[in-house]
This record gives sequence, C-alpha cells and structure tokens, in this order.
Amino acid sequence: MSEHDVAITGIGLVSSLGEGTDAHWQKLQAGGDAALIDCDRFAPYCVHPLPEIDWGLQIPKRGDQRQMETWQRLGTYTAGLALEDAGIKDDIELCASMDLVAAAGGGERDVEVDRSILAESERRNDRDVLINEKLTTELRPTLFLAQLSNLLAGNISIVHKVTGSSRTFMGEEGSGVSAIETAVARIRSGQSSHVLVGAAFQCEHPDMLLNYELGGFLHQAPWRPVADREAAPGGGVVTGSGAAFLVLESSEHAAARNRRAYAGITSVVSGRANRSDADRFENEILQMAHKAAGENDPELLVVSGASGAHRATLAELGAFGDMPSARLRCFSNMTGHLKEAQFPFAIALAALSISKNTAFPTFDANTESDFNGDLRSVLATSIGYNRNEGMALVTAS
Amino acid sequence: MTKYTDHLDRPIVAVTGFGVVTSLGTGKNENWRALTEGKSGIHAITRFPTDHLNTRISGMVDFLESSSKGPWELTYELAETAAVEATQQSGMDGDRFDGPLFLAAPPVETDWNTRFALNDMAGGEADDGYRRLLDVARRGDAKDAFERSQFCSIADHLADRLGTSGLPITLSTACASGATAIQLGVEAIRRGECQRALTIGADGSATAEALIRFSLLSALSTQNDEPEAASKPFSKGRDGFVMAEGSAAFVLESLENAVERGAQVLGIVRGCGEQADDFHRTRSKPDGSPAIGAVRAALEDAGMAEDEIDYINAHGTSTPENDKMEYMSLSAVFGERMKSIPISSNKSMIGHTLSAAGAIEAAFSLMTMLEETIPPTINYETPDPAIELDVVPNVKRHAMINSVLSNSFGFGGQNTCLVMTREAV
Repeated sequence: MSEHDVAITGIGLVSSLGEGTDAHWQKLQAGGDAALIDCDRFAPYCVHPLPEIDWGLQIPKRGDQRQMETWQRLGTYTAGLALEDAGIKDDIELCASMDLVAAAGGGERDVEVDRSILAESERRNDRDVLINEKLTTELRPTLFLAQLSNLLAGNISIVHKVTGSSRTFMGEEGSGVSAIETAVARIRSGQSSHVLVGAAFQCEHPDMLLNYELGGFLHQAPWRPVADREAAPGGGVVTGSGAAFLVLESSEHAAARNRRAYAGITSVVSGRANRSDADRFENEILQMAHKAAGENDPELLVVSGASGAHRATLAELGAFGDMPSARLRCFSNMTGHLKEAQFPFAIALAALSISKNTAFPTFDANTESDFNGDLRSVLATSIGYNRNEGMALVTAS
Repeated sequence: MTKYTDHLDRPIVAVTGFGVVTSLGTGKNENWRALTEGKSGIHAITRFPTDHLNTRISGMVDFLESSSKGPWELTYELAETAAVEATQQSGMDGDRFDGPLFLAAPPVETDWNTRFALNDMAGGEADDGYRRLLDVARRGDAKDAFERSQFCSIADHLADRLGTSGLPITLSTACASGATAIQLGVEAIRRGECQRALTIGADGSATAEALIRFSLLSALSTQNDEPEAASKPFSKGRDGFVMAEGSAAFVLESLENAVERGAQVLGIVRGCGEQADDFHRTRSKPDGSPAIGAVRAALEDAGMAEDEIDYINAHGTSTPENDKMEYMSLSAVFGERMKSIPISSNKSMIGHTLSAAGAIEAAFSLMTMLEETIPPTINYETPDPAIELDVVPNVKRHAMINSVLSNSFGFGGQNTCLVMTREAV
C-alpha cells in the first residue's frame, strides 16, 4: 500500500486568547503577558475563560444553538472555523465525503437541578425516590442530547453537513491523541482523503472542575507558570476553555484543489506509560520524543501541552531537560489546560509556527529558553495530567 | 492455497473468539439457548425504586457481582467477562493479548451515590451544591470517585487486565458504538498496524438518571404490565425501546495470522460501512438516505452484491420511528427481495443494550451462521401492516446462512453496518 503524506490545510482555534489563527498568533507573539486569567469566579481555582463569541457566525440557526451546551457549541463553532480556513465550508460535496473524528468528554450538567437534589437529600431518607422525583420534573428533556459525548460530532454533521464517517473518542487528553493518530493513519493508508479532527472543552462549570479536583489535580490561586506549580497549593492544573479543529488532507488531495498547507504531520506516537516510578516515566517520555522527532536539528521547538499536574509535568520537563536540542513552549501558560483539545491545539500551534517560519517567544522566561534554530519541524506533545500521552512531529511541507 | 487478502487487496479479517453477556445470561452458549428458545430477558426494575417513573422495566444485567455497585463497576465487569470468554476461545494467553483495544462504552459520569457520599462528607451550608463537592475533593477525600469520573479509566483497567498493547481507544457513536469498535479493529488490521485487535462493546449504565433521560425524549416503551412482551420490533403496538445492559467482545485477527497459528476461524468481518445523518439529533432524514448509504457502503466494502446477503440482523429497536425507517431503507437497497430476506431483531428479547448493541448483535450474527439457526423476533403478534418483512416471527428457524448484514443506527445521526460471512470468499 502506498503511503500518502498528511497535510494540515485548515485550522480552527478558540481559547481565552480569542478566535482564529490570526488572533492566536498575535497574542502568542506577545508572550506571557497576553494571557487572560480569572482567579475569582471559581476561587480558589483559576480559569482561562472563553472570549465573547458570536455563535451565529458559524451556527446560523438559533434552534441549533439551543440544542447544544457550551462545549458542543464551542466545538461546532471551531469546526466551522477550520472548514472555512480550509476553503471547504461551503463545498457540499467535499463536506459530504469528509470523515470526522472528534474527541469529547461529557457535557455540562444542570447545576441548579443537582444543587436542589443535594440540598433536599439532607432531609430525606429515600434518596433514590428523590432522584426520580426531581429528575423527572426538573430536567430539560433535550439536555441529555446537549451532554452526550457523540453529539458534538452529531452537531457538526447537522450544522456543517460533514457526513462521511463519524467517530467520537472519549478519555481526556488521550482521546485527542487517538483522534489525531487515527485521522493521520486513515489518510496515510488512503482510507480517507480529507478528515476533520479536533475537540472542545469548556472548563467554566463546577462539574468540569470537579472531575479534575476529585483527584486533587487543580492548582490553587495565585496563578503561577506551569513549570513552577509543584511547591504551590493544589495539584498544578489550571484549566482553560477552548477548542481546536484541524482539516487534514492527503497532499495530493490538497494539491488537486490548490490549497497550500500550513505544514504536514510526519509522525504520531501514543502511549500509556507506567507512571508509578518517576524515573521510568521520565525515560518513557524521552524515548517517545526521540521516536516522534527522529533525527532532529540542533534546536527543536517543542510546543508542549504540559498541564502543570505535578508528576506529569515534572517528568516531561525532566525528559526534555535530557534532550539538549529541545526548546520548550508550554502553551498552557497562555490558554490553560484544554483537556481533550490539548493535543489538537498543540499541533495547530506547531503548524502555525512552521507556516510563519517564526518560533513562539518564551511563555515563561524563567524556564524556557530562546530558539535560534531552523523551523523545519516542531514537536507537539500532550502528556496527560493523569494518564496517557502522545507526540507528533509537524513538518514544513 | 488460502487467499489472505480481499477484493481491495487488504488483509482479510477473521473472528477467532467472542464472548457475550446479556440479561439472558453469561456466555454465548447460555445466551444462544435462551435466544433461540424465544426467551425474553426483559423484567421489572429492582435495582432502584421506580416511583414517579413512566417506564419500570428493563433488560438490566442483575446477576453479576458488580450489578449493584454502579455503572463504572458494572460496565467494567461486563467488558472483562466478555473479553475473557473471547480471548480464551481464540486460544490467546488471557493476560497478554498484545494487540490494541477498542472499547465501546457509555460516557459514565460520577453517579448519584458518589455525589451524595461527597455531599455528606462536606458539612457547611446545605445549599451550596457543587461548592461543597469541590471542598471535599480539595481535602483529598475523593480519590476513589476520581477514578470513576475519568472516561479513559475503564479501558485503562482492561488494558492492564488483558495485556493489550498501546493506548486503548474508548469510543462512543451512541447506539452504533459496538459496531464502530469492530470497525476500528478491522481498519487497524487492514492498515497493517497489527495482526490482531480486541474489540469490546459494554454498557452497564442503566441508572435511574439514564432511564429518565431517555424517557424524557419519549424513546422508551411504557408497556410495564407484561415486561417480556414490551419490546415488539416491527409490530403494530410498538411504543419505544427497552433499555438494557450487556456486552460482547471479539478477537479479530488477520486471516493469515489465524490460519498460521492454527486458530479456529469462526467467521469473517467482510465489510463495514457508515454514513452520518445531518438531519436531526434523534430523527433520521425522511428519505432514509444516510441509512441506505451505510448499508451500501458496507456491501461495497465487503465486495458483495445485494443478492449475496442471506439474513439481516436488524437494529430493530421497537420505536415507531426506527423500525419504519429501517424497513424503508432496506427496501430501497434490496428492492422486492426484501420481503423474503429473513430479518430478525435480537432486541425483542434482550432490549436495547445501547453502547453494546452493535457488538452483541454482531456476536449473535456469528452464532446464526455457526449454528445454522435464525433467532426469532418475539412478540410479533400484530404485524405493522406498513412493514412487510419476514421477521422470523416468534419461533427460531433452521437455515444455512452464509452472510449476515448487521445494522446499527444511533442518536446523533450515527449509522454503521457490518457484513459478516462464514467463509473468506
């Protein structure tokens, strides 16, 4: 079977930094000071909040908007940005034959309904009956669909008419890694000519924060850089709301429609390292970096998805400390941790940097060092805050 | 000489082991006996009180150790039980599978028992909702709950238990998930990424909240008085699906690898097809084109013509909408012949096992070929006059079946079809 090259021809981005590739490029070029952080609303936790979005620009029907919770709306919106950026958005045929791989968590629960059940539970012995009583009368019927993991993809099909294959992967950062890995494998093998792949995460919801904090993973205010959270109270993760979608194409497919690619993806490596031993974990990350990057230049820009979670971040920083060429840029300093969207976001930033032939400045001058090399390829990483990791080499095409 | 590649020169994918759990029992033999006897696993709900609920029946799996422990534990046990049956049958070392894992599973959130437990630990203002839960979490008292809140964790535990390789994929395509897991395994083998894959569909998430959510969408049958008669696909009086639990697992293997190691080939996954629907979140496009497209894509992928399908394992949920649309779509593909192709719905007996359905029904499709017996569609007393099908009514039928089409259609416009055959060519 002949191998096809994988080109990134469309990027959709939303984060606290704004929306679209230009806004992100400008804010990121300004370095650490451009980050937007809110440490009040969910104190003692900090979040990187969503910017104001005019949803109607990508989701014209208000009826469609109402059928989605914020994370679905955010993902559907960002998928629209990616399709537009790739010049595919209004091409009905290209959308209909396009494959879709989404990485998704669950949707935001109805906080008010949950609160009233918890409050009432203190006065009741028949809690099971209480659940029935409250949920049958207080849940909005369509909320279920607005929360279902696979309905992000479902809404993308409905709104943007992307109706080739549709797969939704679940499971925190690892699902984003698998989504990219699968999309790349499909194109390489000729199974797909063009794929929409990505994820969205909306952290500004107590239920979403709880999923991290049950494991003690959230950093507590005041905010500090990703690499400098180990001694601070909490578990090191500062979350962000955001989304990243990519249009990936075989290079022949892109050439046939005269699309210039941002960059190509030349390797994707995924893993499930045993993290019980710190040295072994660090070594596995280093091996993964060598495997993904191959023979690289004297300086290698690494767009790192390090979350700030103590053990994982320490291991990643340690591993790249043993790789003299690595020049780390921990973008969670700017956007917060985007969970399922972390890896697609990392790849998008790597591709942007290559297409501009310009490295990102340091996001944390104390731990990151200047880059003075050639930008032929950039390594993107996502080491899960608790489990699973992946890396990809993004290369000038 | 055996040919190991298909019409598109891809490795042929064989099934060398599979396992099943449903409300009818554990293991494919126990299930098959009940299924061919036309026995229903649908029963009154006992796991939680049914006060205030319009639907009080289900096909829950109530006989496993984890059945009362919560959706995470039960989904895990269902997956593990089916996987162990599958790997044993294939002759694999039970804890060193050494191929990738694809798990179709429901998005299992933190359950109410956990929320109540955290809330009780908190103290403080009673009306604080999530703030209290976050306070308890911040004190570090909730580590067990953390594991169950992570969507990657069931697959992670399975990967440890079964010794699968690499980063496992947990997926959801709603009610098509089980079929999608098989499809992902087939594709990985065809791409040459691996010689074998373990694919599992498991769903143990029939909680009160899940039932209420489906109920609020008017998707469930409310024929509570005679539970075993509530699921009546293609019948006139059908009024919704019956929520159920279960699992199925498959060892998929390149035919070449299976033959070389002397494994018994139980069947071939010949083709997979899918097409997303862009019409509505819960309803299908009125012209049925996405389902039609998915069936045709599966046939094309299998390199087979319409007249080569001997039997159809229907999605057949027993909702007014699905059964009508499935009939219409199949008629569009198979034409006049559709009236005489036997088609039956396992859901008439086991209910709708949601994330597991596509996998369980693929397992029963294989059994149909291996045992030369078509399981019936039970509760077929009053046919829907608008649906002219041979649904193998109420009683099993002996038949030599060489090929099966198995359909899975889900919320969010997910349509996935599998074509399975006895022989490779």
